[in-house]
Amino acid sequence: MALLFLTQLLNSLAFAMLLFLLALGLSLIFGVACVINLAHGAFYLLGAYLGLALGSSLGSFWLALGLVPLLVGLLGVLVERFLLRGLHGQELEQVLITIGLGFVLADLLRAFFGAAIRSVPPPAELAGPLLLGSFVYPKYPLFVLIMGVLLFLLVRLLLTKTPFGVQVRAVTADPGMASTLGIQPARVSLLTFGIGTALAGMGGVVGAPMIALAPGLDAQMTLFALIVVVIGGLGRIEGAFWGAILVGLVDGFGRLFLPQLAMFLIFALMALVLALRPEGLLGRRMA
Amino acid sequence: MATVQRRQVVKAGLGLMGLAASSRFSFSLAQQDPIRIGVVLSYSGPYARLGQEITRGMELYLDKVGYQAGGRRIQLLREDEEADPAVAVRKVRKLVEQDRVDLLSGIILSSSAYGIRDYVHERQIPLVVANAQANGITRERRSPYIFRTSISAWQQHYPMGPWVAQNAGKRVFLLALDYAFGREATAAFKEGFLQAGGEPVAELYTPLGSTDYSAVISRIAAARPEAVHAVLSGSDAVIFLRQFSQFGLNRTVRLAVSGEVTDETVLEAIGDAAVGAMSTNQWVYTLNNSANREFIRAYRQKYNAVPNHFALRGYDAMQFIVDAINTVQGDVTNRQRLLRAFESAKIISPRGFVQMDSVTNNVIQRVYVREVARIDGILTNRLLADLGVIRDPG
Repeated sequence: MALLFLTQLLNSLAFAMLLFLLALGLSLIFGVACVINLAHGAFYLLGAYLGLALGSSLGSFWLALGLVPLLVGLLGVLVERFLLRGLHGQELEQVLITIGLGFVLADLLRAFFGAAIRSVPPPAELAGPLLLGSFVYPKYPLFVLIMGVLLFLLVRLLLTKTPFGVQVRAVTADPGMASTLGIQPARVSLLTFGIGTALAGMGGVVGAPMIALAPGLDAQMTLFALIVVVIGGLGRIEGAFWGAILVGLVDGFGRLFLPQLAMFLIFALMALVLALRPEGLLGRRMA
Repeated sequence: MATVQRRQVVKAGLGLMGLAASSRFSFSLAQQDPIRIGVVLSYSGPYARLGQEITRGMELYLDKVGYQAGGRRIQLLREDEEADPAVAVRKVRKLVEQDRVDLLSGIILSSSAYGIRDYVHERQIPLVVANAQANGITRERRSPYIFRTSISAWQQHYPMGPWVAQNAGKRVFLLALDYAFGREATAAFKEGFLQAGGEPVAELYTPLGSTDYSAVISRIAAARPEAVHAVLSGSDAVIFLRQFSQFGLNRTVRLAVSGEVTDETVLEAIGDAAVGAMSTNQWVYTLNNSANREFIRAYRQKYNAVPNHFALRGYDAMQFIVDAINTVQGDVTNRQRLLRAFESAKIISPRGFVQMDSVTNNVIQRVYVREVARIDGILTNRLLADLGVIRDPG
């Protein structure tokens, strides 16, 4: 029983790190550009399919892991520059554009890669289980878990210690004041959108060997990312991190003990958080 | 009246001899319209691959007979079942009412088979079920218009129960998809398994189209069974087997599964992880008979891939249809004669001699135990044991 708990704890945390990658991008983009990017799941799916295609044609998972976020991030930059920039301040229109973009991306992927569910093998170095005495656990989810924690620490360091990080935080806090201080909110917003979508694309590459790839996954992933940021609080990376862990645990243990109620439990958690702390567990209270 | 028409047609045919020579189907076209067969299979969703393979099998057999039966041309009209019984009902209605098909075939999901049963029965359209294994469709809900050329869930899984208890272990974890097929197959396996003194350690049902099996695998690891009897198909089988080996369970727990789990379409996606897994099915790649050798050769030549039991099911469904249409000499409007032709049909299939059971409208056939192996570089299943001729009691 203890082993079952430990295994499922690790499964849940690995899935949580995947959600963190998604929620982090969503949260950063919202903080800076004030756009809820509902195409986020589609960027995840794009990353996953590109990872599948590049991984098999280049023969290296690691090369795909490096290249795909760049490509997806580039697309994100183009989307911000040519689709969203013109609608600055018109939040409803921006949200609608991202929904439409999500549909277009997902359907293009379906047309190109087909509707079959794909399963991507993990790289050879991370295939198979790790044996720790009587405890057996696959290497790949452990890798995802460690990568997620490292990424969290790295992004936190970047946001607090680097000039770009300071700019991002300044624009998030008060775009008007930031621009009077010589920061160009447009440039920061463009880069943040690129980084946010690149993180979603990276999530796709990393997630594909852990969960399968299929049409419809985009909507599922957008929904998960939204739930995470609603629970954790928008605009702060700590919110995305702890929110993802909470959702991952509720989902994982829900599916183990109450498979029929797993999704209900997540929504119940979200409703509870919204009722008690509408700004999210770690969100800042808006004046 | 009929003779006059035929004479006129013959005259017209002679007059057009020169033109006719240019077309392969000219004579049959001059006589009648093609026979239209509505095929409802999943072409998207978790069972997309199954639909593709069954269609390949059907087309392979039609190639063999030049798309002709009973002197008439055969035309397939395909519709997507989408792994959704509600969609299957809609598509069947469309094929019958709008496209006016003469026959129906296909149907992957057991729940689709149950869903369309009453409509097909009332409209009196002959249906040849090429895949769906729902027991009830040839038992309490049988219809004189519905024939199954694949296998029933009971027929495939019941004989595996005693065999697993004797050869794989008495403590077995039961895992299956949470819909008609998974539940019926598990019940049938359990029936035989309990009679032989087996002890199921747990019974778990998962939703169709899951993307993650890690919670299931944690439970299997905790239960420490000697073997797992899994009834999964399509993408669920791929994801389950991949995670099963990622967790290293393939070293400590034996797989004694339904034939769908180690189908060649699944094996190509997961590689060597499943080598050694045992399964039960009506067809084995290594069966040594001339029909099987011809089927394998034709499939490999046309699709450049390893054939699988879904392609076989499509191939045989079409063989039964062509056989019955030949018996009635292309006259599919006389329903009673056509139904009798189906009831008494016997075919030489790649799986061996297969005969329609005129009591249940379900085929009588041999069932085999197979083992995943690499043969001449091809990942497939080899014959392990012959469980004998099995007839669904109805």
